[in-house]
Amino acid sequence: MLDLTQNYFDLFGLPVGFDVDPESLSERYRELQRVVHPDRYVSGTEQERRLSMQGATFLNEALETLRDPLLRGQYLLRLKGAEPDLQRGQPMAPAFLMDQLELREELAELRTRPDPLAAAGAFIVRVRHRVDELVGRLGEQFAAEALPAAAELVRELQFLRKLQVEAENLEAELEDELL
Amino acid sequence: MALLQIAEPGQSTAPHQHRLAAGIDLGTTNSLVATVRSGRAETLPDDTGEHLLPSVVRYTAGGVVVGRVARAAAADDPLNTVASVKRLMGRGVDDVRSLGSRLPYEFRQTETAVPRIHTAGGDVSAMEVSAEILRVLAHRAEASLGGPLSGVVITVPAYFDDAQRQATKDAARLAGLNVLRLLNEPTAAAVAYGLDRGADGVHAIYDLGGGTFDISILRLHRGVFEVMATGGDSALGGDDFDHAVARWIMRQAGIRDDAGHHQLRRLLRDACAAKEALSSSDAAELRVELDDGRHWEGRMDRATFDGLVDPLIRMTIAACRRTLRDAGIGPQDVEQVVMVGGSTRVPRVRELVGEFFGRPPLVDIDPDRVVAIGAAIQADALAGNKSGDDMLLLDVIPLSLGLETMGGLTERLIPRNTTIPVARAQEFTTFKDGQTAIALHVVQGERELVADNRSLARFELRGIPPMVAGAARIRVTYSVDADGLLHVEAEEQTSGVKAAVTVKPSYGLTDDEIAGMLRDSMDHARADMVARQLREEQVEAERVIEALRAALAADGEALLTAEERQPVDEALASLAAAAGGGDTAVIRRARESLEKACEPYVERRMNASIRRAMAGRKVEEFE
Repeated sequence: MLDLTQNYFDLFGLPVGFDVDPESLSERYRELQRVVHPDRYVSGTEQERRLSMQGATFLNEALETLRDPLLRGQYLLRLKGAEPDLQRGQPMAPAFLMDQLELREELAELRTRPDPLAAAGAFIVRVRHRVDELVGRLGEQFAAEALPAAAELVRELQFLRKLQVEAENLEAELEDELL
Repeated sequence: MALLQIAEPGQSTAPHQHRLAAGIDLGTTNSLVATVRSGRAETLPDDTGEHLLPSVVRYTAGGVVVGRVARAAAADDPLNTVASVKRLMGRGVDDVRSLGSRLPYEFRQTETAVPRIHTAGGDVSAMEVSAEILRVLAHRAEASLGGPLSGVVITVPAYFDDAQRQATKDAARLAGLNVLRLLNEPTAAAVAYGLDRGADGVHAIYDLGGGTFDISILRLHRGVFEVMATGGDSALGGDDFDHAVARWIMRQAGIRDDAGHHQLRRLLRDACAAKEALSSSDAAELRVELDDGRHWEGRMDRATFDGLVDPLIRMTIAACRRTLRDAGIGPQDVEQVVMVGGSTRVPRVRELVGEFFGRPPLVDIDPDRVVAIGAAIQADALAGNKSGDDMLLLDVIPLSLGLETMGGLTERLIPRNTTIPVARAQEFTTFKDGQTAIALHVVQGERELVADNRSLARFELRGIPPMVAGAARIRVTYSVDADGLLHVEAEEQTSGVKAAVTVKPSYGLTDDEIAGMLRDSMDHARADMVARQLREEQVEAERVIEALRAALAADGEALLTAEERQPVDEALASLAAAAGGGDTAVIRRARESLEKACEPYVERRMNASIRRAMAGRKVEEFE
């Protein structure tokens, strides 16, 4: 069955690197899933079904990891042995922290705005824009093999992502309340 | 169990042998069965030409009646006539109580958590009631196809949680059916439309049935159906329209809330008739029989009706909005909106849905039959009747799966809309010195508090060696199979102590209960069953032999040495010899030995197909 020890880039026949072409990724994923998926082995033997289940699970994990810039960045750092040591808690850039603090305060106050839903929408657009910008820079650092800098950006991305999720949850809550 | 189902994509295992398979839409109000014949998927009628089987089961001292006849008796014998049983699937006593005001049945508390409905024919669970419906449909298919079904695809609302899916599978087991796959209803509808038209793009499937609402966002791309997100409400449907209309009639006619079962049944029937009339005309005349024999007459116009159902329809639109957000797209990105379910015949539904998506929805295929037709197409493909290469369904879990942690909070292990199959692991630890056991509570849902989510199972990991708090490393692994069913395993890493459960929902039947029910039903037709099992085993053996011979002829030389080949040939010869005999167990054992002997070969074949796919080349190039 699938070699479950190979790295996700090799699995999909993609070059090891941060920039991944989403089209070829999903194309290769589908090609493999066509062969491996449990639906192909519905009336297969125990062994076939077990292998198929493992293979399809591995493929889904791999796709999810490579499709998402944050997970992809973390995975790439791990492959290159440059994972940031979270236990040791290296301090983050003060400017970034300040910026985060301000964004979080703004998020907390969105509910008190005259039109909270519109305010949340605008806030999310801004956060998304920052995420995109950060992902762009991350690609450059990886391309330059500047791993410590990339690791720093991955951590920043993690912060921003969390903020984005919280803002989106708030938007959903506000929408539900309007019904 | 078929051997070597991996016919190379594009090559059928046994071209002249068609395995009989059917798709079943087990609906809240009506159920259908469909099958593919001569390349065409069609629903099958009963002997009076009716396709829809009302999902109503009546229990009497003399026996069980299913369908139209049962429904006709509903108004006069409400306590023994079970309708809309789908709402009770996988539901516990507490859930049932909250639905209770709308259900006329008498529930009996049992030792297990499965609520039973008290009827003249005994106390029955929702699974048993559903099994009766499945049995009738399976017989209809077998009579029409002229042979035993090798398997069925049963559709479930995409929003069904693990407990409800498990209950559906249990019902099929009780009916003696082999479930090839549980398929989400909206996905089935997309299969029906997608294959008919081959349209690529993002589509929304809006499915408003009698008792459930589903919205699914699917991406169709070169024959691969990918579920991007699903949402909905498993307790909202056309029945609620009827209830809204019935309440309006009660207010107008001055009927009290505590009216009797008979009165309520008649009211619902009249309300439903009014709803249907309003789909094609601007007003409906009402004439309602009161308990004292007098009649109330009135009139309901379209605007009044729309006013009553608008809040319900808006709830479905809100779910659409949420689901689109999960998929990361907006209404404008959706190319087609497919309408499924009888309730989408209501003009106001089409109007508001069209408004939200900014385009008129598709209504070409009969919204009552489209799901069964899709299920039949999928059943045909899964049974191996066609090269499955042109279709693949990638499904997601509808609700997040998590674990209870300190303080009654939910720790999410697998977020909703994750593509399945999937496995995720997370480490937890003990919080007391010397703690030797840990209780695991498996929950499903999106809420922070465990109490607001659905409890799926509880189990314990015992025998952890005493350690200081926080030293134990307990790795909990959730795996979800292609049907969306969950298996949970917990292992203490330093000692290797393990515990696992296949999540039998708190409200499911235990294996013992299923075995007992199966025994009961088999006693009725034991001789029948024996003959049937033998025939099935023979058919299976023939199929395995044929598939293996074809496979060996294709690549046996390339993949096996003469030495490796010998035990395979021997086991093959034994099975061929056994298959002609009349002993089911002997045939089964011979087939199992053959499967065992083939394991290395099977693995090599799978590897070979994967290598080809990995090489980035279309598999067909190798044919």
